[in-house]
Amino acid sequence: MPTLQEIALKTTGADARIVSGHRMCSGCGIGSIVKTVLAASDKPVVVVSATGCLEVVTTIYPFTAWNTPWMHLTFENAASVASGIEAAYKVLKRRGKIDEEVNILAVGGDGGTYDIGFQALSGALERRHKFMYLVYDNEGYMNTGNQRSGATPFGANTTTVPAGKVSFGKPQWRKNLVEIAAAHRISYVAQAAVNNTMDLYKKAQKGFSADGPAVLAVLQPCPSNWSFDSSLTIQYSKLAVETNFWPLYEIENGIVHINTKPSNRKPIEDFLKGQTRFRHLFRPGNEHVIVEMQKMIDDEWARLLKLEESGIQF
Amino acid sequence: MTERRTWQELELGVELPAATSLGYKTGGWRVLRPIFNASECTHCMICVSYCPDMAIPIAKSEEGVAGKGGRLFKGVVRLATNLDYCKGCGICAHECPSKAISMVREEEAEQASCKL
Ligand SMILES: Cc1ncc(C[n+]2csc(CCOP(=O)(O)OP(=O)(O)O)c2C)c(N)n1
Ligand code: SF4
Ligand code: SF4
Ligand code: SF4
Ligand SMILES: [Mg+2]
Repeated sequence: MPTLQEIALKTTGADARIVSGHRMCSGCGIGSIVKTVLAASDKPVVVVSATGCLEVVTTIYPFTAWNTPWMHLTFENAASVASGIEAAYKVLKRRGKIDEEVNILAVGGDGGTYDIGFQALSGALERRHKFMYLVYDNEGYMNTGNQRSGATPFGANTTTVPAGKVSFGKPQWRKNLVEIAAAHRISYVAQAAVNNTMDLYKKAQKGFSADGPAVLAVLQPCPSNWSFDSSLTIQYSKLAVETNFWPLYEIENGIVHINTKPSNRKPIEDFLKGQTRFRHLFRPGNEHVIVEMQKMIDDEWARLLKLEESGIQF
Repeated sequence: MTERRTWQELELGVELPAATSLGYKTGGWRVLRPIFNASECTHCMICVSYCPDMAIPIAKSEEGVAGKGGRLFKGVVRLATNLDYCKGCGICAHECPSKAISMVREEEAEQASCKL
């Protein structure tokens, strides 16, 4: 069992794989996610970033916050680049030019994963490249100021689906990337959240050591575009878990396992409150949106419980 | 017309030395400063694991440091916040189970340290 002390030693100091001086907004959840995931690798890590906040804020020329080989090409092809790196690595190993074991990590935001990088991701999973794909999910295109993505939740106000007199925000539910990834029959897919460091770390360890590709989806509260006080990032992540909005679960060799089951699930209002993107939902006339949201969350949770109970292989 | 080159002759992309962002101090962004009260700390590492800016240094201490309740804490211990990089988000103060960190306005913290 890892301890917080061990993890802390790997995320702090000169040997850490990502270091201070990056320009994420104050309180941004990406920092803790990425440092924890990188620390979980017992081998050197090669990182590929899709375009997005993480890529932008860590590599403002001539600075880089990466203390490990890192590469960025475009918004849509992080998984393809990781595939190429893995293929090249295998050849170099076969020819005896490299003997070191390495892990390959592709990282994208939700826009770069659920939407524009989706085809590249699906292809890489189908081709069974050995790499881990990490999506830090802040539920929108945040680097460009909160546009709607396939991960934006129902009812959220975004600049491309603004809430107003005729609209309550995004009218569709988010897509379930974890299950889509699992449908590729890969050996490890998991959903984690930034408030639970230990769970995140263990899932990243499993993902790195998976036989073939692995996908890790982590909820990342964005203080700037969800608009809440920068000190509350961890609290919003916790509320997302405690309301069952973002269940912590994993699908290992096709078998669903729920890691935490809130004994008393909190009402979804607890998560929505205080976030500017959901502020309009508390205005008269929008009550039905919250009711519908609650129902969808409860239905999804019931479905997940059934999947787990059944033991049926995904 | 540029000459045709084989892929072996192509130049590598931009290659930068690693971790150069350490030369970029983000502490200037701070509005609030976390004040760490070492005598309340249990060295649980919660603040360290959450800090998005890796601004809370730690060390291995065999002789131990005094913390909450006058106890001696050995092993991995939390040191004073690195104000060169801390952006003052307040996550550490909010999440510390021992309330060992409080956030004060930067100018007040400055004034207080000038008087010392
Ligand atoms: C092909 C292409 N389209 C648009 C952009 C502009 N762009 C840069 S970052 C970004 C948002 C990325 O959103 P997401 O993947 O969710 O990551 P986040 O910014 O939220 O971290 C966009 C639209 C781009 N760089 N390339
Ligand atoms: S916009 Fe959001 S996701 Fe991007 S750096 Fe700022 S807080 Fe982080
Ligand atoms: S969270 Fe509080 S008690 Fe724990 S190490 Fe940090 S300051 Fe000390
Ligand atoms: S205020 Fe934020 S940036 Fe500063 S030490 Fe605390 S968690 Fe880190
Ligand atoms: Mg995003």
